[in-house]
Amino acid sequence: MAESATVAAGTAHGAHHRGETSFLRKYVISTDHKIIAMQYLFTGMAMALIGGFMSYAFRMQLAFPGIDVPGYGLVTPADYNALVTNHGSIMIFWVAMPVLIAAFGNYLIPLMIGCDDMVFPRLNRLSYQIFLLSVIVLLTSFFVEGGGFGGAWTSYPPLSAKSQYNLTPLGSTLWLSAVALEFVAFLMGGINFVTTTMNSRAPGMKMYDIPMVVWMIVIASILFMVSVGPLIAGAVMLFMDQNIGTAFYDPDRGGDPILWQHLFWFFGHPEVYVVLLPAVGIVADVITVFARKKLFAYRTVLYTAFATGVLSFTVWAHHQFIAGIDPRMANVFTVTTLLISVPIAEMCFVYIATLYGGSITLATPMLWALAFIGEFLIGGVTGIFLGASGSDIYLHDTYFVLAHFHYTFYPIAIIGTFAGVTFWFPKMFGRMMNDTLGKLHFWITIIAFNCIFIPLFMLGAAGQHRRIYDFTNFPELAMPWMQNLRVVATVSLLVMLGAQVIFIYNFFHSLFRGAVAGKNPWKSNTLEWSAESPPPHGNWTELPTVYRGPYEYSVPGRTEDYWPQNEPA
Amino acid sequence: MSATPIATTRSAAGMPTGRLAVWWVVASEIVIFGGLLGSYIMHRLAHDAWSVQAAHTNTWIGAFNTLVLLTSSLCAVLGHQAAEHGNGAKAARYLLYTALGGLTFLIVKAFEWTHEIHAGFTITSSTFWSFYYTAAGLHALHVLGGVVILLIVAAEARKNVALHRVELIGIYWHFVDIVWIFLFPLLYIAK
Amino acid sequence: MSEAHEHHTNYVKIWAILVALLCVSVIGPMFGIKVVTLLTAFGIAVVKAYMVAKNFMHVNLAPRYVTYLAVTCLVFMLLFFAGSAPDVMKAEGSNWQKPAWLAAKANAAGHGEDVHGH
Repeated sequence: MAESATVAAGTAHGAHHRGETSFLRKYVISTDHKIIAMQYLFTGMAMALIGGFMSYAFRMQLAFPGIDVPGYGLVTPADYNALVTNHGSIMIFWVAMPVLIAAFGNYLIPLMIGCDDMVFPRLNRLSYQIFLLSVIVLLTSFFVEGGGFGGAWTSYPPLSAKSQYNLTPLGSTLWLSAVALEFVAFLMGGINFVTTTMNSRAPGMKMYDIPMVVWMIVIASILFMVSVGPLIAGAVMLFMDQNIGTAFYDPDRGGDPILWQHLFWFFGHPEVYVVLLPAVGIVADVITVFARKKLFAYRTVLYTAFATGVLSFTVWAHHQFIAGIDPRMANVFTVTTLLISVPIAEMCFVYIATLYGGSITLATPMLWALAFIGEFLIGGVTGIFLGASGSDIYLHDTYFVLAHFHYTFYPIAIIGTFAGVTFWFPKMFGRMMNDTLGKLHFWITIIAFNCIFIPLFMLGAAGQHRRIYDFTNFPELAMPWMQNLRVVATVSLLVMLGAQVIFIYNFFHSLFRGAVAGKNPWKSNTLEWSAESPPPHGNWTELPTVYRGPYEYSVPGRTEDYWPQNEPA
Repeated sequence: MSATPIATTRSAAGMPTGRLAVWWVVASEIVIFGGLLGSYIMHRLAHDAWSVQAAHTNTWIGAFNTLVLLTSSLCAVLGHQAAEHGNGAKAARYLLYTALGGLTFLIVKAFEWTHEIHAGFTITSSTFWSFYYTAAGLHALHVLGGVVILLIVAAEARKNVALHRVELIGIYWHFVDIVWIFLFPLLYIAK
Repeated sequence: MSEAHEHHTNYVKIWAILVALLCVSVIGPMFGIKVVTLLTAFGIAVVKAYMVAKNFMHVNLAPRYVTYLAVTCLVFMLLFFAGSAPDVMKAEGSNWQKPAWLAAKANAAGHGEDVHGH
């Protein structure tokens, strides 16, 4: 390597830090992992606002069909399809993944394993730039002729392949291209997460001394990489079907639309674990700090995460139970799907065991972490009904499915994010967030969230189908009690969206006027809390050495109830 | 910001970071090509009638291209050996031969495809040909990308700079060769 | 890095073997026996890939997890195949059919091509 590794981090970077670094170099084209993390975080949160706005528009249409939605206008059927398609796509690909994996991964990994940056900083920067390009391509799709793609985030052909069906020739290609670019960005990001964690750990940090959130992001990156390959191939084929008239998915000309479904869900199912695992990791790191207790069974959680990853590849066709797949395969996939609930349940038990007997402080991050466990459990158990192919025949494509996956995705993407942001905000910005506002935001959001989706479980069980823009057209689904529940859900959504103003206010106000945070306001063990708040370029002037695991809390015989990893014995 | 971070120089996993990263890239390509070729195999096994179309691929050209890639792989590994011994100039020469092999492959393919397209076998004429052009085309793009990187690494190696990268581009190139080792029988032999 | 050049693999020899295998795989279909063709085509492909990986990519010298990673990816591809093939490879199943596929098969059968049922 060109640079001598013997020079301490400070001087190596000092030589390149020429006093006045321009705004461009410091914030726009920086290769510093913390800046790139912030870029992903803010982009992801902005996309969350857009995705949230979309849900506002289509839920208003559902509760008050034909209404002129304030701030949007009339929601036509084509609009409705484009809104639900892009809401789903945005929340998964442009909110959950960039925030949970790219933002937290980029920010935390070098800091938590004790090195000065990711191993390939320029590749890291390129990954964000490609990600940003994917955002631009997606947003462009809303403004081209025909509007945004409306074929659902699952993009099944022939609807997604033939513009005579989807009526959005440009939108569908742009959507597909945006998704493909996002995949490339995350494949690149994965290189950094995995190689940095595996190779660049601080001296003394063995595999089992790595904090759980780092492990989870690494496992998630591996899962993503292995599962996305076939879909990239499938997306290339779909792109060609859309634009040059090939027939990969056209059964009339020798193709097969079911192939797309398999390619998509072979990725789609592991993908949900790709986003789940980092959230689970964040929760682990938060509850240990606020219960002042060791993680109950570190190795068990780790091996369980690996097992979940492997198992997640064996369940995909439970999304296709009524698509006409071979019923014998449906049997297989039912068994594997029911099995996969076991490791996740086991992780929940481990977390509860971690909390048991702990000295619990209900600070805002802790509230979010606890809410994650409870809400995700509801999502998990409702998945059982869907994983069993028999009951799925009735429930497939109803709002039961929708409520199930919102009870899983929302804890992952929203609750997990808030837990992480409120927890690491002091480190990232050097200031404390207002805890009272945090709690207010928490309670309103959680109560409203449940008020949105419990009605949807009920509606789904009563037979309400997905992807219908106006239920007044269906007499059995337009009964007064059902329409009332739709209104309840929509009003709760309005409350929930409104409550986010509290968070935004808290975030930006604390950014400039919050109480100054020291290095380690939560008295946590992991390495990032030994750096300045916020850490400078290069993170430390002298890189730390590690002497113990990350969860040595309340160790008997010590005066302090925590024992930082880098404190010599 | 071109300083190499200290992070890059560590190797707690027992392997230099660059090599770990290249294997990661190779793994991701295995699943991309695996998905594409798996899809092709499923379709091909279900459509016996495709053998009528497939008979028109030219086995001799395919075999020649296989020979070209195998030879270029040999040059790549000889270049690696030279780099191991610190001989940057020799490594660069071998890498150039490797790149030459890649270019030969692409030129032969260009002629092959031109001939086939003129004969009426376009990408849309049958789903067999759709898969043929897509799979071989995706592979050819990887060959092209590999050639570009080979040339860049060779240019640096000649000045005895960053010799470790000779091995890295070699690993990528061997993988591209392996994909073709499977494409060849699929599209040209067991048709 | 590469410690085991002590045994100095003769790369040219490996290349010669690979080329010989290539020749065998080209000759294979000339016998006209399907099993022989498949064996020479894909059996040899597997052998060639193994030789390139072992001798050129030095997988045998890399830490074991590299092999595990590559093999895992392959295994998952087989899993994908196993899970999708019952749907993608068939022209009809219980409660569904692909009419164009069935018609194509009927056509092929009508023209006397060798078609192996469903």
